Amino acid sequence: MIMNIQNYVRPQSLEEAYTLNQNRRSRIIGGMLWLKMGRGTVSTAIDLCDLGLDTIEETQDQFSIGAMVTLRQLELHKGLNDYTQGAMAQSVQDIVGVQFRNLATLGGSLWGRFGFSDVLTMFLAMDTWVELYKGGILPLERFASMKHDRDILVRVIVKKAPGRFVYRAMRNQRTDFPVLTCALSRLEGEYRAVLGARPGRAMVIRDSGGLLSEGITGESAAAFAAFAAETVPTGGNLRGSAAYRTHLIRVLTQRSLLELGGME
Amino acid sequence: MEQQAYKVVGKPLRKKDSMQLLLGKPLYTDDLVPRNALKVRLLRSPHANAMVREIRTDAAKKVPGVVDIYTWEDVPATRFAIAGQTYPEPSPYDRLIIDRHVRFAGDVVAIIAAETEKAAEKAMKLIRAQYDVLEPVLDFRTAKDNPVLVHPEEDWFPPCQVGGDNRRNLVASGVDAQGDVEGVMARCEIVLDRTYHTKAFNQAMMETFRTYTELDRYGRLHVVSSTQIVFHCRRILSRALGIPKSRIRVEKPRIGGGFGAKQTAVCEVYPAFVTLKTGRPAELIFSREESQIAGSPRHEMQIRVRLGADRDGTIRALDLYTLSNTGAYGEHGPTTVGLSGHKSIPLYTGNLEAFRFGYDVVYTNHQAAGAYRGYGATQGIFALETTVNELAETLGMDPTALRDRNMVRQGMVMPAYYGETANACALDRCMEHCRRIFGWEEKYPVRDMGNGKVRSAGVAMAMQGSCISNVDVGSATVKLSDDGTYNLIIGAADMGTGCDTILAQMVAECMDCDVEDVAVFGADTDASPYDSGSYASSTTYITGKAVEKACAELKKRICGIAAEMMGCDAAEVVFERGQVRRVSTGQTVSLSDISYKAQVFSDRTAEATATHTSPVSPPPYMVGMVEIELDKLTGQVTILDYMAVVDCGIPINPALARIQTEGGIVQGIGHTLLENVTYDGRGKPMESSFLQYKLPTRLDMGHLRVEFEHSHEPTGPFGAKSIGEIVINTPAPAIAHAIYRATGIWHRELPITPEQIAMSMEQPE
Amino acid sequence: MMEIKLKLNGRNVSSHIDPGLLLIDFLRDQGCFSVKRGCETSNCGLCTVLLDGKPVLSCSVLAARAAGHHVQTLEGLQEEAAEFVGFIADQGADQCGFCNPGFVMNTIALLRENPNPTDDEIRSYLAGNLCRCSGYDGQLRGIRGFLDSRGKK
Repeated sequence: MIMNIQNYVRPQSLEEAYTLNQNRRSRIIGGMLWLKMGRGTVSTAIDLCDLGLDTIEETQDQFSIGAMVTLRQLELHKGLNDYTQGAMAQSVQDIVGVQFRNLATLGGSLWGRFGFSDVLTMFLAMDTWVELYKGGILPLERFASMKHDRDILVRVIVKKAPGRFVYRAMRNQRTDFPVLTCALSRLEGEYRAVLGARPGRAMVIRDSGGLLSEGITGESAAAFAAFAAETVPTGGNLRGSAAYRTHLIRVLTQRSLLELGGME
Repeated sequence: MEQQAYKVVGKPLRKKDSMQLLLGKPLYTDDLVPRNALKVRLLRSPHANAMVREIRTDAAKKVPGVVDIYTWEDVPATRFAIAGQTYPEPSPYDRLIIDRHVRFAGDVVAIIAAETEKAAEKAMKLIRAQYDVLEPVLDFRTAKDNPVLVHPEEDWFPPCQVGGDNRRNLVASGVDAQGDVEGVMARCEIVLDRTYHTKAFNQAMMETFRTYTELDRYGRLHVVSSTQIVFHCRRILSRALGIPKSRIRVEKPRIGGGFGAKQTAVCEVYPAFVTLKTGRPAELIFSREESQIAGSPRHEMQIRVRLGADRDGTIRALDLYTLSNTGAYGEHGPTTVGLSGHKSIPLYTGNLEAFRFGYDVVYTNHQAAGAYRGYGATQGIFALETTVNELAETLGMDPTALRDRNMVRQGMVMPAYYGETANACALDRCMEHCRRIFGWEEKYPVRDMGNGKVRSAGVAMAMQGSCISNVDVGSATVKLSDDGTYNLIIGAADMGTGCDTILAQMVAECMDCDVEDVAVFGADTDASPYDSGSYASSTTYITGKAVEKACAELKKRICGIAAEMMGCDAAEVVFERGQVRRVSTGQTVSLSDISYKAQVFSDRTAEATATHTSPVSPPPYMVGMVEIELDKLTGQVTILDYMAVVDCGIPINPALARIQTEGGIVQGIGHTLLENVTYDGRGKPMESSFLQYKLPTRLDMGHLRVEFEHSHEPTGPFGAKSIGEIVINTPAPAIAHAIYRATGIWHRELPITPEQIAMSMEQPE
Repeated sequence: MMEIKLKLNGRNVSSHIDPGLLLIDFLRDQGCFSVKRGCETSNCGLCTVLLDGKPVLSCSVLAARAAGHHVQTLEGLQEEAAEFVGFIADQGADQCGFCNPGFVMNTIALLRENPNPTDDEIRSYLAGNLCRCSGYDGQLRGIRGFLDSRGKK
């Protein structure tokens, strides 16, 4: 229960933060929600709270979201929710509680690349890029499959490609980790299904076979859902078996597609 | 059934401590501990069954701030039980403070006492324990007569003969029967034979187990603990520590919830041992993980129900066999199992010709179980009520009509309930009332909402007791104070239930005063009159009656003093609000003056203590109905409405009775749909935190509606029975019924998860 | 050890702390006993305090992060709480009381953010506050009772 932290520092520049973070036993604290459950020793806890990374800037073409922006800010942001037709709020509103979402940060959620992440699922459904201090700007999808290194996630950029979004998750209890997450989008004509909490990290499925090329119908939605269920590997944990998750992939994908097509 | 008009009883008054609690005042154990208290931490076994081969603490003891570390070599060799039960306890004496033989993953291996938590944590990592790991018994179905013995020790001792045998992993076994069950079954037109399984649900009270101990000004052990059972706790500590009871004082401050968990002395013995060894104040606060893995949860049970009926719906014979898993130690094992039959079968007294109830309670290498609200009745009622619902569906009868035909009614003798008579029973009215407010006629038919969603309804009945008959003892002292107000001193424990207020309402009613004029104190073994404690739904019924008796006696004494003051015979005066009046002259003396008189040259006391016990345990009754929406594709169940009507006799405080009911229903919803208990292959519990053990949130429970049907229990105070436990019993069978209605599948194991629902319907289209 | 300065319930506090000290433990050390711990996994909401006016879990914030900020506990918001908690008491929904301070703090935050919430808004804002006693509906009735009485004034 007691975390061993030897030093706490609030760097005044990203360079200072980066330098401190090169020590293997340093840790950047985001919302601290995961860090606090660890039992290891942290030599320096690096708090980015003085770097002005807690704002969402919206321009005509994009959102630029600081790494320290909380999930609650995402939930309440009018621009993001207008752009996603409310899917942004939908994706985070069942995460534990308001007090938790006031702490949990976007940067922390994405950096962890957690399997259960609603946030990663949702952001993968958008045209999302991450800005790393040293690594530069790269697509979230690529970042999500990278190994953890000692770089710093500075901000997240979401391009406002015209699109439609639907977010659904299955939870055994309303504020629990999801059993499965599913974000569906049509971005400039391209369909994307993102399936997370498999329980592995969220995966993006595209309509490579053109199942939806004629648009969303009852049949094409079922066919694409079946395709997703066949394609996405699942596993079992306390919250559900692999077979149930595969079943849910089909159900949630199909429902989300129908909703996306205005059929539900 | 005429009802008296009461002034204070029956009023929905605020709890006396409400504003203190709501404004966050420091009233709980951990708020009261002095800063210099030693922090006590427990090193726990990672193995489900093992012998400690060697344990080395020398390095750990060198950590700065560590005061001492104790292992099995340092503790007394006397076995004891930590169940809060009346002596001699039905629970076996099968524990040591630290046993070399550890029997579940979480059993205590060492006690660490340190100046700071950090030092204790550090020391814990430096203790070197080596184990001879033994094969554990993890499946309770194979525990009886298993070659692996959980308690092979020679000094295993059962204070009561309850059919236990440690050489067979058996804590208790027995059979109760009346009539020729097999004969009647053979003549029945339909026999259902079904087996159910319920898990070791955790009470998960918000305040975990915790105790603070110190030596008081007389050098006695002063124990401040979050406990429901101060007197039992003193007796348990006396035996475990080997010191006389006269050297121990146990008191409870405010308690952050109990639900039965704190009817077992789960943590008291460890800091008490440290204080005796070091002479220093010590505190032990269980982490949530410790509360989850080394607490005192519900007994896991497998219950086989055989029900014999005729096609017209007449239930003629019931045969229950319960296998109960007490885990590594036997606390409450022999007694909880009894309720699974004795508090389910009597619901169907109506036409019952014969019954049999048999049981075995077995040891395994799981966390030890204990007392949890409902205490076995919950498990039995899930099994029996689900079977009855299946009977109704099989016969194509409305399940409420089936119950109308068979339920126990007022005046009936209940052979399966120790031959007690249902003197106050409004179960029939509860059913009628609940049907009406719920809209059973409209909601019982399954409704397709489109997109794979259906709405359906389910029903269940329940009963419980109002005490442990022939055992429980409650006492109360009522004192007149010099300003004409009263002090009520009790040994029962308000754990949030509001019994301090409810009992004060009774004093106010008896003494014709306002409830604000009654100050309540409890519970403290040095100051309170003896009380078994707050469990078995008994506080209102038993301690309440003691309050009534004490008030009657006090009135007599007050009148005696007043008569002396007025120079007349006590028969000539009457007790009135705030005063005593001499009828013939109209002369009065105020209560304040009477109290002052008792303080001057007086050998008459203005206080009274009374004790009560009961040869019967009148059951409260209840009907619960639920409407759900079930998503056939995901398996998700959404509770829409839960309605219940309860017969608790007369609710002394209807607001508190309602909240008890609502809280019990939501706990029941949790057990039915969300809260799981699983172990890995080596016997480690998986749901060891609130990350994994999911309590219902306020988004998981739908809308509640609770109403009451009054009855008048002649043996209870003001006609009251009990409410605390019965309220947890209906959700499991009612929800399982609604799920069947929606899916056509009976789920006979709890919890019923979305996965089980969805996958049981998965069929090729 | 490090030194922190912050505002606690309106007064300036400075203290030498271990860098790993959690805000909940700091606050209890400061005598704010209303702040309760109910779990170790950020799930229960018992430890809710306001950090610069926003409700947060004090079990999941380093005391060091609160440096330079304003922390409020129920000790500092007695009057604001007293306006509505009586309505919860009238329902008997305080029960064991152990979850009350966290739940009351989050209700304060809710009513500041949204002075006229619907029942569903109340439920969802308070979803992170567990209660094992009351079954939640009595808490809701209490808040609703307060809002209705305020509406009548």
